[in-house]
Amino acid sequence: MTTIPTEPVQPGKASLLYDPKIRGYVYQLALLAVVGFLVYSAASNAIENLRAQKIASGFGFWHNAAGFDVNQKLIPFSASGSTYGQAFWVGLLNTLLVASIGIVLATFLGFFVGVARLSSNWILAKIAMVYVEVIRNLPLLLQLFFWYNAVLKPLPNPRQSIALPAGILLNNRGLYLPDPQLEPGGSLIVLTFLLGIVAAITFRYWARKQQTATGKQYPVGWVALGLVVVLPFFVYLLMGRPITFIYPELAGFNLRGGIQIFPEFVALLIGLTTYTAGFIAEVVRAGILAVSKGQSEAAHALGLRPGPTLKLVVIPQAMRVIIPPLTSNYLNLTKNSSLAVAIGYPDLVQVFTGTVLNQTGQAVEVVAITMAVYLTISLVTSLFMNIYNKRMALVER
Amino acid sequence: MNRFVSAALAVAATAAFAGGAEAQTGLLAQVKSRGQLICGVGPGLAGFGIPDAQGNWSGLDVDLCRAISAAVFNDPAKVKFIPLSSKDRFTALQSGEVDLLSRNTTWTMSRDTSLGLNFAGVNYYDGQGFMVRKKLGIDSALKLAGASVCTQQGTTTELNLADFFRANKLKYEVVAFASADETIKAYESGRCDAFTTDASGLYAERLKLGVPTDHIVLPDIISKEPLGPVVRHGDDTWLDIVKWTHFAMLNAEELGVTKANLDEMLKSENPEIKRLLGTEGKFGEAVGLSNDWVVRIIKHVGNYGESFERNVGANSLLKIARGQNALWTKGGLQYAPPIR
Repeated sequence: MTTIPTEPVQPGKASLLYDPKIRGYVYQLALLAVVGFLVYSAASNAIENLRAQKIASGFGFWHNAAGFDVNQKLIPFSASGSTYGQAFWVGLLNTLLVASIGIVLATFLGFFVGVARLSSNWILAKIAMVYVEVIRNLPLLLQLFFWYNAVLKPLPNPRQSIALPAGILLNNRGLYLPDPQLEPGGSLIVLTFLLGIVAAITFRYWARKQQTATGKQYPVGWVALGLVVVLPFFVYLLMGRPITFIYPELAGFNLRGGIQIFPEFVALLIGLTTYTAGFIAEVVRAGILAVSKGQSEAAHALGLRPGPTLKLVVIPQAMRVIIPPLTSNYLNLTKNSSLAVAIGYPDLVQVFTGTVLNQTGQAVEVVAITMAVYLTISLVTSLFMNIYNKRMALVER
Repeated sequence: MNRFVSAALAVAATAAFAGGAEAQTGLLAQVKSRGQLICGVGPGLAGFGIPDAQGNWSGLDVDLCRAISAAVFNDPAKVKFIPLSSKDRFTALQSGEVDLLSRNTTWTMSRDTSLGLNFAGVNYYDGQGFMVRKKLGIDSALKLAGASVCTQQGTTTELNLADFFRANKLKYEVVAFASADETIKAYESGRCDAFTTDASGLYAERLKLGVPTDHIVLPDIISKEPLGPVVRHGDDTWLDIVKWTHFAMLNAEELGVTKANLDEMLKSENPEIKRLLGTEGKFGEAVGLSNDWVVRIIKHVGNYGESFERNVGANSLLKIARGQNALWTKGGLQYAPPIR
């Protein structure tokens, strides 16, 4: 055999046409161009059609007077003087309110049910199983109707309100709480409360460090209770009780004064929480089962009781499996909150894509804005969950 | 690769330019070649547009669609009814999903001028009212201070409600729902003191309540609600057809032409009746229909008064008085320009 006398062939230099890397770029560019062209032509087609049909377009409607009312609002809004833009914020804040409270509650309930399902207590495990199976297999919309009617039906009309302790009243228009009013000196109580929270967190951090260093345990719970509850209460007494309450009272058809929590909000919150918790419970169960049995056996061998075993050994390891699907359940809860429209809760979809779209007729703009909002909420949620996931993942040994 | 890209471009181009073709050929030609009229109606409002157990639609608004179908095809059944909520109706019409909207839609300036739509007439003069429980013991909407009011969202109703309470300096709480069904259910469960919508709607929705006689419609009418059919902007022939179908039914009532006496009337020597029924002149052909278009409408659907009595008036469950919807000759507002 003779050696081949030609110069060594360098891969990629031979011909640009056959270089897999270059080819890859060309294909990607071509795809990008096609997608770009499709988007451009769809957009220009829509604009042209709107113009041909003389449908007003643009975002000028944002500053026009709205002229309708919304019952639950976290910022001032009224038919006289508020704009469609403000209606957008009212709806967005209502969505964020129900979604954020719902996420917190669903996480607690979901973890509880998920752990309960693996419990050695037969009754508890079966109840958790029935809960998960029932909740997961019924459409959320039906559940919302059920909760809305279940919340409303047993409640009396305002004239026969149920009087609860501390001046709280309950009727089919909502739950009425006394409205606290700060008098001079009252802000000091709030300040003490906030400082108490900061101090409690700092103490917990310090106690943790002490425990790792010396093994000594501190009563973190009691100290936190003292700092957050007892201390502000002493300040309250010391300052001469500078908080007064406006109590709800019957006036005409309804109650006047106080803070009103609407039945639509309660029904939506219960519905979203219980529904999402059913899925979170399964995620938690899967996560715990993914932790090798040897881990808890080893913990037991060290003398740890089942409670601390779960808390200190199993769940931290399970979290790595739990977090990614947990994130998508959070996103689902947020998106599902748009079913609010069915039971009259004024969320973003009800106020903005419902009323504002219909009053202005600007379907393209309103739907585009709403889609952008949900996309943003979703991306921000998964961003935070990804950061959290990274921090949990670092614990890996 | 080149083949792939050019194929993709071709697909993209077809997809992008497939819209836009409708404006060239008229809607009447399209409806004729399709062999069917597509009519957007309410999702179920007794008397105006509601399907029965067999899926047959009936009502005052439905009759207008049937009349157009009769005029075009000589058959009142060649209509496909698409139920539309008040939220979706304009988008459905704008996007060409339906040929016309005939569903309790209030004619307002902003809708007529900025939505790319044209209102073709008023087939029912209405006004917004309130329904309350009898046991509340009130006789006027002005006594609703502090009340909770249930309403359907995304309608002029919501705006009028705000205007009324603002103008009278009364406090109230609004609870808005996506559909009429959910609204009336919430009212029945006691969530609200009052239910508000157009007065005709109040009578229709009251039939859905457990004990309709426990509820009364307050006499106050707080707005003008001229309800009528709507078409897309830019097809004047189609607008004429919808408009003149309504006017033909009104003129027929005024001239005493009914389903029952149609054959006799065809022999009438009255020039107005002759022009109406096409035995004189070529008025039908002017809008692209046959000259006996009104004969077809009356034969299959009847005149406006007949449709009114059958669907919402004395012969119906709603039993609404003619009131403002009487002909101008009887002190009402229904007035059709003459056919000549």
